[in-house]
Amino acid sequence: MMKGSLKSAMEEIASAIKANKDYLTDLDREIGDADHGINMARGFDAVMAKLNSAEPADLSSGLRQVALTLISTVGGASGPLYGTAFLRAGKTVRQGDMLNPKLALSMFRAAVDGVEERGKAEEGDKTMVDALEPAYRAFEDTLKSGGDFPECLEAARDAAKKGVEYTKTIPAKKGRASYLGERSIGHQDPGATSVWIILNALLQYAQKIHKEQ
Amino acid sequence: MVGLVIVSHSEKIAEGVRDLAKQIAGEAVRIEAAGGVADHKIGTDALRIEHAIRLADTGDGAVVLLDLGSAVLSTETALEFLDDARRGRVLIADAPLVEGTMTAAICASTGASLKEVVSAAKEACNANKL
Ligand SMILES: Nc1ncnc2c1ncn2[C@@H]1O[C@H](COP(=O)(O)OP(=O)(O)OP(=O)(O)O)[C@@H](O)[C@H]1O
Ligand SMILES: [Mg+2]
Repeated sequence: MMKGSLKSAMEEIASAIKANKDYLTDLDREIGDADHGINMARGFDAVMAKLNSAEPADLSSGLRQVALTLISTVGGASGPLYGTAFLRAGKTVRQGDMLNPKLALSMFRAAVDGVEERGKAEEGDKTMVDALEPAYRAFEDTLKSGGDFPECLEAARDAAKKGVEYTKTIPAKKGRASYLGERSIGHQDPGATSVWIILNALLQYAQKIHKEQ
Repeated sequence: MVGLVIVSHSEKIAEGVRDLAKQIAGEAVRIEAAGGVADHKIGTDALRIEHAIRLADTGDGAVVLLDLGSAVLSTETALEFLDDARRGRVLIADAPLVEGTMTAAICASTGASLKEVVSAAKEACNANKL
């Protein structure tokens, strides 16, 4: 069992998104409509406002609140995609469950499945899936070989980063960037980049709570 | 009577298309606008769409007409929040937003079925302007 709270994990994500708001928006300017950072910052600001106004009763209802807030405030494709991810992650948690690495693995799988079901993208389509799938596999492999929670997240973050690099080499098949076709090659996908930023933020969070134990 | 939901990234577009359709089809057809996100910003909001679907569907179903990109993802997310019975009578029209809404609204006003209304919307894909 791990200490910490959903609120402090979300705080870490929200401040990382805020710090990278312009960076994500600039990436989206190249192959999209220049709003990914603005959308994500608006969404996670609203998440923090929600969590600050009332601390959720438990992890599962907290994740549902996060999901509903993202779905209704982000505005772009990343809203329903990340929203569905948090919604499905929350559904794998039973009432009263505390976070542990094994539960995190099943939450992670459900989240990735949710994104894929919602957006119908596969690896190689130049979307957030290109960061999520390798990150999930790295998390799973590290957990299986006995890694602790921060080690799992570190492996996931590094794999996501490789996925981000990979998106530079391929044309977009889903989302706005797909209108550019081959011209999208050479540019990295904004959504894959925000996945990497979020995983890095979760790693920072995990390292903090690990130290406190 | 089948209702309509207009989903757009722009609140003004959704409301404008709704007003136009109401003028053509009359007040009997329920047409709900679900455009933009809070503070009149550009974007789509699944909860706003879900609410509009609940208003538009009075038992005979609802057809959703939409613009691009995340409009589809947000509408499909909204459907996830509906119970099975209602979800079963909501269809997304693969049709141009303005023309599709007009043909769908006229069709709905005749008391047509859900399937008929959604295919009326689709027929707008073939409408020539010149
Ligand atoms: N179908 C999809 N499946 C998975 N990821 C997707 C899909 N469509 C878009 N994305 C991701 O969303 C990111 C863009 O998010 P953003 O918040 O900028 O939405 P947007 O494309 O501007 O939305 P909108 O369609 O409303 O204009 C992309 O970089 C990509 O990673
Ligand atoms: Mg964008």
